[in-house]
Amino acid sequence: MVVSREEILHIAKLADLNIKDEEIDEYAKNLQDILNFVDILNSVDTENVEESIGIANNTNVFRKDEIKEFGNRDILLQNAPEQEDGMFKIPKVI
Amino acid sequence: MELYELTVHELLEKLDNNEITLEDITKSYVDRINDKEKDVQAFVTISDKEALEKVKEIKERNTKFAGIPIGIKDNMCIKGTKTTCSSKMLENFVAPYNATVIEKLNQENMIYLGKLNMDEFAMGASTEYSAFKKTKNPWNLNTVPGGSSGGSAAAVAASMVPWALGSDTGGSIRQPSSLCGVVGLKPTYGLVSRYGLVAFASSLDQIGPITKDVRDSAMLLNLITGHDEKDSTSVDIEKKDYTKALKEDVKGLKIGVPKEYFGEGINEEVKKSVKEAIKKYEEMGAIVEECSLDIADESLAVYYIIACAEASSNLGRFDGIRYGYRTKNFTSLKDIYRNSRSEGFGAEVKRRIILGTYVLSSGYYDAYYKKAQKVRTVIRKEFEKLFEKYDVLLTPTSPTVAYEIGTKSNNPLEMYLADLCTVTVNIAGLPGISVPCRSR
Repeated sequence: MVVSREEILHIAKLADLNIKDEEIDEYAKNLQDILNFVDILNSVDTENVEESIGIANNTNVFRKDEIKEFGNRDILLQNAPEQEDGMFKIPKVI
Repeated sequence: MELYELTVHELLEKLDNNEITLEDITKSYVDRINDKEKDVQAFVTISDKEALEKVKEIKERNTKFAGIPIGIKDNMCIKGTKTTCSSKMLENFVAPYNATVIEKLNQENMIYLGKLNMDEFAMGASTEYSAFKKTKNPWNLNTVPGGSSGGSAAAVAASMVPWALGSDTGGSIRQPSSLCGVVGLKPTYGLVSRYGLVAFASSLDQIGPITKDVRDSAMLLNLITGHDEKDSTSVDIEKKDYTKALKEDVKGLKIGVPKEYFGEGINEEVKKSVKEAIKKYEEMGAIVEECSLDIADESLAVYYIIACAEASSNLGRFDGIRYGYRTKNFTSLKDIYRNSRSEGFGAEVKRRIILGTYVLSSGYYDAYYKKAQKVRTVIRKEFEKLFEKYDVLLTPTSPTVAYEIGTKSNNPLEMYLADLCTVTVNIAGLPGISVPCRSR
């Protein structure tokens, strides 16, 4: 499989990353190298093999649906790039 | 002998005998940091003043480890302290809460000497991908300390901290420990809570100790294990005392040696040293047998698919809104997302997000991600088979010894091969430990 420049741009868009025109070929080459390497997995017989979803022993973990207040709004907001009146501030969206 | 050269259990012994005070210990490490850090560059944040102040406040040793210093990899949250993940993205992020492991160390009233350097978001095997500085291997300053917990391993090896916490997703505790000649333990998945550890690949990440010897490793593991309702993957089992497993005897221990880890791609000197260690175990009464674990390359492939897929999802949260880096160039909300991420993440992080997004994207999900999840099952079963026969498996930790800074950082695939011997246990959720087998 060959990774095209268009595909790199499509993936970058999905990942919310800008890729400069001159960087596209390098990203494509890096991705291609890894994809060629992981092709080795096609030699593993996985007929009738179940997927491992993580490592846990397939038990669901339940907890009560109760709100626990963090209690310190200011300390959470102090990392915000921009805030106003105790809220995160973003540009107008509508 | 200087205090900073001692292991933690040796320090405790001296404290118990009233030969030294807690202040003596912290001062010794702070002096050592002042002396060595300019060469080794292991810290992102040094908390020397806070450490000296805090130790003065501790009047009594109410807990076993009260006043004992420690270093923490910079991807674990200590409330009120910067947690940068060695990324421009989190350069000014001050943790609003403590990671569960930090809560546990706080219960002991331990002292933080600082936050240790790492590859950005723990993605790398040499600590060269830190956005801030390149940590040097204290044994030879021209070489890398390994990674991603390179700051933690180098700080322990240089005796700037008595012990440290690292995190291991594909070898990030064990490989730098190997390159720096210290002991690094990656616990079984689920044994240690990941709450407050900045997530890289959630089904693989695990926090563990980096120490000077195995006794300290067992003691630090004792401190950080335990069920945590804030991490739904942490297991609810009875707490064990791992120091009870320390006995100076390997008689009858069944050691399997997978032959695939002694083939091509493994440095001759590494092979020779590990074989000498195997011989030593045999002389001490262990039963050693060659076996086969023919999944090394497949594990690496599974690892890079799963780790990057999970990373692309986990790192989606960095959008320049609630915390972290925000671009100055924007008019729309979408601009903030894209420009903040593009300017805030380093090249390797972006490469892995691209790979992860690709394998999860429509049309490729089944071929890559789903296939990798299935092979993961195959790998786990391979281990299960081997552990029916053997107590432990023994391999080299790293295919090479510490290499010169700058020689591999431009070739991502070659850098990925550094994880060849370590990723398999993360894939299977197993524990793994790296112990030095030859000193310089």
